[in-house]
Amino acid sequence: MESVDLIYKTIYILVIFGITLLIATYSTYAERKVAAFIQDRIGPNRAGPFGLLQPLADAGKMFFKEEFIPAKSNKALFILGPGVAMLIACMSSAVIPFGDMLIIGGREVYLQAIEVNIGLLYVFGVVSLGVYGVMIGGWASNNKFSLLGAIRAASQNISYELAMGLSIIAILMMTGSLSLREIAAQQAGFNWNIWYQPLGFIIFLVCAFAETNRTPFDLPECEAELVGGYHTEYSSMKLGLFLFAEYINIFVASAVMATLYFGAYNFPFMHELGALISDDPVIANNVITILGVVVMFAKIFFFIFFFMWVRWTLPRFRFDQLMKLGWQILIPLAILNIILTGGGILLKDHFFN
Amino acid sequence: MEPLTNRSKKLAKKEMTFAEKAYLPAIAQGLGITLKHFFKKKSTIQYPEETRQRSDVWRGLHVLKRDEEGRERCTACGLCAVACPAEAITMVAGERKVGEEHLYREEKYAVTYEVNMLRCIFCGMCEEACPKAAIFLQDDKIAPARYERDEFIYGKDRLVEPLKTTETK
Repeated sequence: MESVDLIYKTIYILVIFGITLLIATYSTYAERKVAAFIQDRIGPNRAGPFGLLQPLADAGKMFFKEEFIPAKSNKALFILGPGVAMLIACMSSAVIPFGDMLIIGGREVYLQAIEVNIGLLYVFGVVSLGVYGVMIGGWASNNKFSLLGAIRAASQNISYELAMGLSIIAILMMTGSLSLREIAAQQAGFNWNIWYQPLGFIIFLVCAFAETNRTPFDLPECEAELVGGYHTEYSSMKLGLFLFAEYINIFVASAVMATLYFGAYNFPFMHELGALISDDPVIANNVITILGVVVMFAKIFFFIFFFMWVRWTLPRFRFDQLMKLGWQILIPLAILNIILTGGGILLKDHFFN
Repeated sequence: MEPLTNRSKKLAKKEMTFAEKAYLPAIAQGLGITLKHFFKKKSTIQYPEETRQRSDVWRGLHVLKRDEEGRERCTACGLCAVACPAEAITMVAGERKVGEEHLYREEKYAVTYEVNMLRCIFCGMCEEACPKAAIFLQDDKIAPARYERDEFIYGKDRLVEPLKTTETK
């Protein structure tokens, strides 16, 4: 790899990392605001204009809390748990294409940190590792409630990963590629996958809620039954990291959903608009790419909002209902979706080729 | 057993329809309701900056009035203390000395007059009992939160109406 490329990649990864953290930080603020607005309240508005400094105040508070480690806990694992959760949450945004390519000085610059031809598998692999943070933390706490929460998290994530994977297979059958850049590029214009995969999208959406431990599937931290779930014993910034990792996971899940089903950085009439702006293909391409990044983030923000919107609408599932939904409803539906997609592809090949 | 009223409803457990079993229509409906609330007018009152509108007969913090010449009206008759259902009022009566005529209206006055705001229920009985129109419950002031219990015992220093000359209003 050339040194210019290396420097560019380093800067880009740092920027993406920063954006990820920034969005996660302000997700906490957004969550409180959304919750307040849905409940006819105003929400935080004292720290800074519109309460915009609230996340900083929260972080400051978190840092100054007592760092408590239970006497009978496994200290190394206890400290490792939130670290693993945070690390793994931050890893998965590496392969997401936040934009197409810019042309700078005749050099093609892709707005994606790493292009691997198994990008989707990488995301799934990393996301499923996420349960380790919860599991380690819950186990090391040496507390029955923490352990129960961790077990719930593990069983829930594993159950819903199956349906999630199956719903993705239908997408793979259509696109024929595991590369996220490829999948995004195939949805150019308004040719989004959601038009072909509505059922798959609903399954994926439900599973994404379960994977990120969000309501209505936040049973691992079900305070009515489990005190605080897997983070019962955690305090200070270690608790902060667990909560923070959840918001990063939401961001990543939103980005993946936008990429897979809602056309990533594509928006309607993008090529016509490009031709309209400038005759110079380089300028047209760059303008469209930058607009595409804005569109991508708009989609991500919508999904983050949707996560919060659902959280303040639906109550929690019961654990047996959760398992029943995962194994008896979503998995058969996902398999049905695969069969339907296969049939559709066969019909299309038969009649339109 | 005979039912006590005829208002009880017979409930039959019906088989759920497909739409009900699928959850999704109900979830969409719920999302619609929460979204409606998202854009509704907020009912919050930003307290220190704005206060809730009070009724005209609202009873707040006590005041010991002065007459037109700035003399204290209270004669320490003790009727307010007797009328008080919460026993929040205590006072010590004293005799007016020569040369104090400009301070106290009657020959007898309250040397100390204390209202315990933690006991007070703001019923306004003292106001009704007072024959000299000396004690009133204001409609624009409250007893604010404090850190110590002692600070809730309001003495004459905080109860007596300030003199007109020093009044800023």
